[in-house]
Parts: sequence; structure tokens; C-alpha cells
Amino acid sequence: MQPLTDDEIRDIAHRANDIRQTIIEMLVAAGSGHTAGPLGMADIFAALYFRVLNHDPKNSEMPERDRLILSNGHIVPVRYAAMAHAGYFPVEECLTLRKFGSRLQGHPERLRLPGLETTSGPLGEGLSQAAAIAYAFRMDNTSQRVYCVMGDGEQNEGNVWEAFMFAGKYQLSNLTAIIDRNNIQIDGYTETIMPLEPLADKYRAFGWHVLEVDGHNIEQFVAACEEANAIYEKPTVIIAHTIAGKGIKSIERDYRWHGKPPTADEAKLFLHELRTMEGKVVAEHE
Amino acid sequence: MLNSVLHLKENIFDTPDQAATRDGFGKGLVEAADADSRVIALSADLTESTRVEAFKNKYPQRFVEVGVAEQNMAALGAGFAEAGKIPFITSYAAFNPGRNNEQIRTTISLNRVPVKICGMHAGVSVGPDGATHQALEDMALMRVQPNMTVISPCDSEEARKATIAAAKWDGPVYMRFGREKTPIMTTTETPFEIGKANVLWNAHGAHAQVAIFATGALLYNALRAAQELETQGIGVNVINVHTIKPLDKETIVAEAKSAGAVVTVEEHQIAGGLGSAIAELLAAESPTPIEFIGVHDQFGQSGTPTELIEHYGMGVSHIVEAAKRVMARRA
Repeated sequence: MQPLTDDEIRDIAHRANDIRQTIIEMLVAAGSGHTAGPLGMADIFAALYFRVLNHDPKNSEMPERDRLILSNGHIVPVRYAAMAHAGYFPVEECLTLRKFGSRLQGHPERLRLPGLETTSGPLGEGLSQAAAIAYAFRMDNTSQRVYCVMGDGEQNEGNVWEAFMFAGKYQLSNLTAIIDRNNIQIDGYTETIMPLEPLADKYRAFGWHVLEVDGHNIEQFVAACEEANAIYEKPTVIIAHTIAGKGIKSIERDYRWHGKPPTADEAKLFLHELRTMEGKVVAEHE
Repeated sequence: MLNSVLHLKENIFDTPDQAATRDGFGKGLVEAADADSRVIALSADLTESTRVEAFKNKYPQRFVEVGVAEQNMAALGAGFAEAGKIPFITSYAAFNPGRNNEQIRTTISLNRVPVKICGMHAGVSVGPDGATHQALEDMALMRVQPNMTVISPCDSEEARKATIAAAKWDGPVYMRFGREKTPIMTTTETPFEIGKANVLWNAHGAHAQVAIFATGALLYNALRAAQELETQGIGVNVINVHTIKPLDKETIVAEAKSAGAVVTVEEHQIAGGLGSAIAELLAAESPTPIEFIGVHDQFGQSGTPTELIEHYGMGVSHIVEAAKRVMARRA
């Protein structure tokens, strides 16, 4: 794939800003849900849906599509917003998040919304599924890639390490794991709750190719995804260093924003902040 | 008397042939794989004792060793199914679905993917291994999950058929199997359909005074009890309820109504298993006195299978006594 042009980077950055605005709007409408994680992953989801993934919003079951497994299901507002902006369903439907009868369940359910690939929320199970899908593709000799987005707090789960061991053993080179390394979890900072470091060394020891990127630098993230495509003997994990709540200065890095939505008044300020950033989003990377 | 139209083995009561239900599973798995290339099997470091070995030898490319990691195995199963495979995930019932219950709930049942969960060494009849390895709550765990089908085959032949049927069943299935050799009652000719109970024994002459519903290998004890009761002039019907979920409501309600008294028989906790399922059904449809044969809120322990079956009140004599007790409670 050709390197990203400045125009393409700018386009993805604008998509990320749109996604962030939709996240705020949907959380306010829902009255509950997670704010920090989805905002922090908006750049990566914009890059995935508008650059990295081979997918077709109008044909969500396309067999040759890449698979994106969202393991930490609680950040699903970012996925819903990215899917809506990519054309899977109308952006207005995002306002039904967490409401009775909605396809947009509080945690994602595969059977309710086409394009989700799996059901998640209980942590630690996504990488196992992603690894099995990657294994099945290899059995069938097909060339799709499997991506699995996970939280860093999620790395506390034992099931995660069973899956890392499994994918390492079977050298699932068609599998890319993406860790949202924002250093916060519900009870506080990850290194206080249950220290993860040295995280990269752990993954290496489990037989993975490890890359670390700035999770808000679209160019870096896309380059890492492309590097993973060229690693033929190992699965790749991208540790994406992100800022929880990214885009809203007053809540950035604050773990108290893990599991609550903004109030209507806060949302007005947040949306104003995001809209006035429109012209600056790319400048940050330059 | 034994139901003649079901093509049962003729030597049941004198010198029954014996095989473990896990052996029937092993055969059925190979046959299911012969018939459908989507069938794969996962093992958690127990390939020989779960009888997956024959499959592994015949289809090494479709066999996946996951190590001692049952939680990973369940979620891997979901992933394989999402990618179009029909995975059989195999271990001991104490761990699968014991250890990995939540992974099954979220990634298999709620996802409604066709993963076949196979729990070996179920019940106290594992024997010397003791309580840790004697799964007595596995059917309860699986029965309460929406979308899940639960099957407990009575002998190795039925286990073979159930395995083949499970591969064709569109959705998640839990099957439990035993370690020990137990009597073979059915033949290749005996009908097997998921969700369809079979009346194996009919009261001689007059209609039955007790309907005995049994599941798993203890069905044999139920038949022996029926034979004993007949010599005492008490006519009973014995029904093989191999599918705990979905229950064959029609057959169970009709048999319970006709007899007016019910005994349930299972190598499982009374709470949550076959007896509970039948009690829930009859309470709503046709309230009937019931006596429950099974384990009464206790853990197992080391011993021989026969010692344990007797100790926990699941022997032939216990079923005979339960039938008499429940007859006395008839309206």
C-alpha cells in the first residue's frame, strides 16, 4: 500500500473528529455509558474503518472482509460511531444507543447489528476468538486479516494470556492485536491496580512481534498495521499509547471518566471544543 | 416389558455389552467429520481420555491442541464457529462447562454459534478421582443458558448418534459423557432424534402406575428397577429423556398424566437437572407427585463407581423404593 498522503491523513483526522462528536452526542442521549475509552480510540477507529480494513459497509457479510473483533466491548460507542460514519447505518441511529429495542446495545451483540463480528463486554475473550478466526482462515487458505482491539486493563484477565500463548504457538501471522494503552482502568491507574509493565517484553516472550505507536498519530498507526502485514512468522501486537478522553482537554487522562457519560451541559462544552478543533486536528501531527 | 419397536439390545438384563459413552462420542466424532469437512475438534490436553484421539489421527489438520486452557478453548470455539467451522470443544465436564461457563455464555450462547461443548467424566461414576472431578452441576449450568441444547446419552451407541446429530444441529449444544463402561441398551436401529424422548419399557398389560424418566447411563438402573417392580406386580413405564433441553414436553406430560406419579433419575444434582426441568414442566402443565433420584446437594468423593452410585442413593433399590413412595402419594 502507498504511504498516506497529507490529504488522506487530514481526511482520517476529520473523520476521527466526527466520530468524537457522535460519541458525545450518543452518550448524552443514552444517559449512561463510557466516555474516556471511546474518545481515546477515535483516531484508531477512524484509521481502521477509513484506511486499514478491507470491508464494505453495504455488504457487511462480504466473505473476503477483514475481521475486526472488539474485545473490550464497553468502548463500543467508538465502533458504532465509526461504522455509522463509514455508512453501515444512518448516523442518527447512534442516538438510540442503550435504548430499548435498539440495535446498538450497551455492549455489542453480534446477532443484533450486522458488521459487529462478535458479542463482547465481559473482558478477555476477544483475542481467543480473533485467534481462532485467524487459524480458520489459515485452514481454509484465505488471506483475510484479523484485528483485535483490547483494553490495557483487560490484560489483567488470565484468558488474555491463554490466547497470547495460543496465537504465539501457532504463529498466526494474519492476526494483529491492538492494545489501547491509556493506563487507566475503573479503579485507577493500571500500574497501581495491577502493574502490566514491562508489557512489550511480555508479549515478546509469548512469541509476538511487538510495535509501539502514538495512538493519536494516524500515520504511525497505519504504518504499524502495514508492517504487521509483512511479518510472516509471528502475530503482531500494536501497543497504541493513547490519552483517555482525547479531544476534551478537561477530561483527558482522568480515570473518573472511564464509565460515565457527560451531562447535557458538559456535552455542549465538549462539542464546542471538538468543533473549534476542526481546523487544528492535522496541525497536531505536523 | 421392553419396547419391541425400538430395536433394543436383547441381552440387556443377562450379560449386557459394556462400553463408555465417551467411546461412542469418539466414534461419532469421526463419523461427523467424515460427513462434513467443517467439523473440527479442540482438546485441552486430554486427547486420549476424551476419545478425540481417533479424530486427531484421521484428521490432524482439523485437530487443534489448546493446552490446559478451557476458557481459551471455549472462546476459540466461538471464533472458529464465527469463521464457519463446527467446533467440538472437549475436556472434562468439571472444567468444560465448569471452568469456562462465562465464556460459553457470552461467546457461544449469546452469540448463538454452533459450538459443541463435550463434557467427559460427568457424574460420581468417575470414581477414585474424587469430588473435584465429579461434575454434578453441568446440566444445570447449561440448561439455564438461552439458545443452548443439552443432551445426556444413555449408552455408547446413543452417544455416537447424539454426536452426529449435534454436528448437524444449528446452534450450541452441550453433551455430557461418562468415563466408565456402562451397559449398552440401544442398537444402531434404535431411533434417536434430539428433543424426542423414547419409552423404553412399558407396563405389562394394564397402564403404568408410575412414569420413570431417566437420563444418562442410570437409565439402565431404571430399567432394572422396572423389571423388579414388575415382579412385584407394579407396572411402570421407563422413558429415556436423552435431551434435557429442549424437553419433549408432549411425551413427558402424556406419560405423567397417564401414570399419575413420576420418578426422575439422573447422575447429577437434583437442583437444576432433569428432575427440575420435569418438575417445572409438570407444575405448569399437569401437577403430578414426583420423587427425585440424584445427588442431594452434596459433593462426591473417592470410591468405586458402584459404591458411589449406591452411597448417593441412585441404585436399583433406590429407584424401586422411590416408585413405591410416589405411588402412595398419587391423588
